[in-house]
Amino acid sequence: MSDILVSEQSAPGADGSGRPSGRLLEVDDLRVEFRTRDGVAKVINGVTYHVDAGETLAVLGESGSGKSVTAQAIMGILDTPPGFVTGGQVRFHGKDMLTMSAEERRRIRGEGIAMIFQDALSALNPVFTVGFQIAEQFRIRRGIGRAEAKKRAIEMLDQVKIPNAKDRFSNYPHQFSGGMRQRAMIAMSLALDPEVLIADEPTTALDVTVQAQIMDLLAELQRERQMGMILITHDLGVVADVADRIAVMYAGRIVEQADVYDLYAKPAHPYTLGLLDSIPRMDEKGQQLRTIKGLPPNLMNIPPGCPFNPRCPMAQPVCREKLPPLLQIGSGRSSACHFAEELVNRD
Amino acid sequence: MGRYLLRRLLQLIPVFIGTTFLIYWLVWSVPGDPFAGKCGDRGCPDNFREVMTAKYHLNESIWVQYASYMKNLFQGDFGITFSGRSINDIIVTSYPNTLKLAVVALTIEAVIGLSAGVLSGLRRNGFLDNLVLVSTLFLIALPVFVVGFVLQWLFGVKWGIVTPTVSNEMRFTELILPGFVLGSASMAYIARVARTSIAENRRADYVRTAIAKGLPMRRVVGVHLLRNSLIPVVTLLGTDLGALMGGAIITEGIFGINGIGRQVLRAIVTKESATVVSIVVVLVVVYLLMNLLVDLLYAALDPRIRYE
Repeated sequence: MSDILVSEQSAPGADGSGRPSGRLLEVDDLRVEFRTRDGVAKVINGVTYHVDAGETLAVLGESGSGKSVTAQAIMGILDTPPGFVTGGQVRFHGKDMLTMSAEERRRIRGEGIAMIFQDALSALNPVFTVGFQIAEQFRIRRGIGRAEAKKRAIEMLDQVKIPNAKDRFSNYPHQFSGGMRQRAMIAMSLALDPEVLIADEPTTALDVTVQAQIMDLLAELQRERQMGMILITHDLGVVADVADRIAVMYAGRIVEQADVYDLYAKPAHPYTLGLLDSIPRMDEKGQQLRTIKGLPPNLMNIPPGCPFNPRCPMAQPVCREKLPPLLQIGSGRSSACHFAEELVNRD
Repeated sequence: MGRYLLRRLLQLIPVFIGTTFLIYWLVWSVPGDPFAGKCGDRGCPDNFREVMTAKYHLNESIWVQYASYMKNLFQGDFGITFSGRSINDIIVTSYPNTLKLAVVALTIEAVIGLSAGVLSGLRRNGFLDNLVLVSTLFLIALPVFVVGFVLQWLFGVKWGIVTPTVSNEMRFTELILPGFVLGSASMAYIARVARTSIAENRRADYVRTAIAKGLPMRRVVGVHLLRNSLIPVVTLLGTDLGALMGGAIITEGIFGINGIGRQVLRAIVTKESATVVSIVVVLVVVYLLMNLLVDLLYAALDPRIRYE
């Protein structure tokens, strides 16, 4: 029952046929489940989004909404077991990565699609120097000699504005500050000049003052290189400045997809509305912070109907029965709410 | 680093004195007449008793005995046996044999143990993993003399692949089987530690990063994963050389190798206390130096460990 309804979700951007559509990177009706001892958790239930060259797509959602797992499935670095891709396609230049050979897929990593991770301290190998880990890309992937690779790695460190790049080359990750480590991580992922960069909460582990610097750096590099960027975050403040489009995820589904301005001005899903409402505001100082009541659903037992209905202030009987498909509402935006039109058209 | 090394070397001094004194004291305070049975049925002549008593200060306190032993030791003199043979002689002829055997054992356990551990850690619950788990359990559970006699009989007698005992030339090919027997239990531990370590680090974030960089799998495992997983294995291997040399008594007995195990056993039975002490003292030195080497290797493997 619910499966039939979910498949209607593959609405915008994708024609569902798997034919090349000229998009750089497309995720089409992706499904991932985690098979654990306690049962099967349906973590991704038909996610569809795309990113083109020179464009930044922000993927927004609470922890557990499936935004990072989607990215891992794109990269092919899902922990298997327990994670299994059970359906859908991930097309890079129109070619489905999920059905290509392991070797073909490996070549796309780093060169076609690169990724930076949330916690650079654990994501960098502690026993090799930062320089080694960057130069490794040139040496192993491009077959460049040791001395030349070192030169290029120092150039990369320069590009991400690490001072004294030459001396920093032979430092270990633990000798870098948090911000510097994330810069080094960025340098490493950009070494092979990828077409798409996936940034998985790149600033979450950093001090607030450093967060802005890293975001600015990422935005600048993205513009310069005309990369497609997927920015995964739960921080609405970060998104507004850098993203072109936003996809909001909830319980392994995209509930709303829109232009940044449209989404902030007129959210078309009660969940997005709740997220925007929960941003602390200076003009409401002293008042209690607003939150979305309740918890995200247990992914092993997603409630029937709209997965957001138990927490939704606008929930009607229909929400408990029928899963709303992600449908186009106006140009370039879509929402998975039975009452999307009402939401957008209200004052 | 230099200061750390100096401090560690200085620390060796009290440890060396403490352990050697304990050994000396324990060995010489074994109850019984040290001259009993040394000179056949009739007992030792008085002048022999006098000479040896004076030589080992047997009438003095244990402290004086120990001090004079140490004094000679630092002049390179391990003393003589009651029959007048130089203990230096015994050590020079027997130690190299045991060292050779132990090094062969260490190499075998490092190569086989590590490979088995890495392969089974990478594919947990696979066929190979189960095979390694069961076979290591066997090697750990079986006493070394059982493993020794069974393999000696199978390879040396039944199939005739190797000579059942080792000749005095101590050829390398002859030492493979005894080396395997001596290292078998440690090999099983190495395999298990390496397996756990690999399995733990396999899911580490930096391994995921290495995969996301598009590196070939053999580089992800052979460089990024292995270097991090080696740290606990190195401890085991380093401290094992001393243990292997000390534990060689049984293996040497089975394969007829003239090493320290055989010498120390003979010395214990015939109450040649000076020989026992001297052999063990050299073992202590090997232990201490290997421990130091392991600590230095740590820093080489893991740059987060810095010695100030």
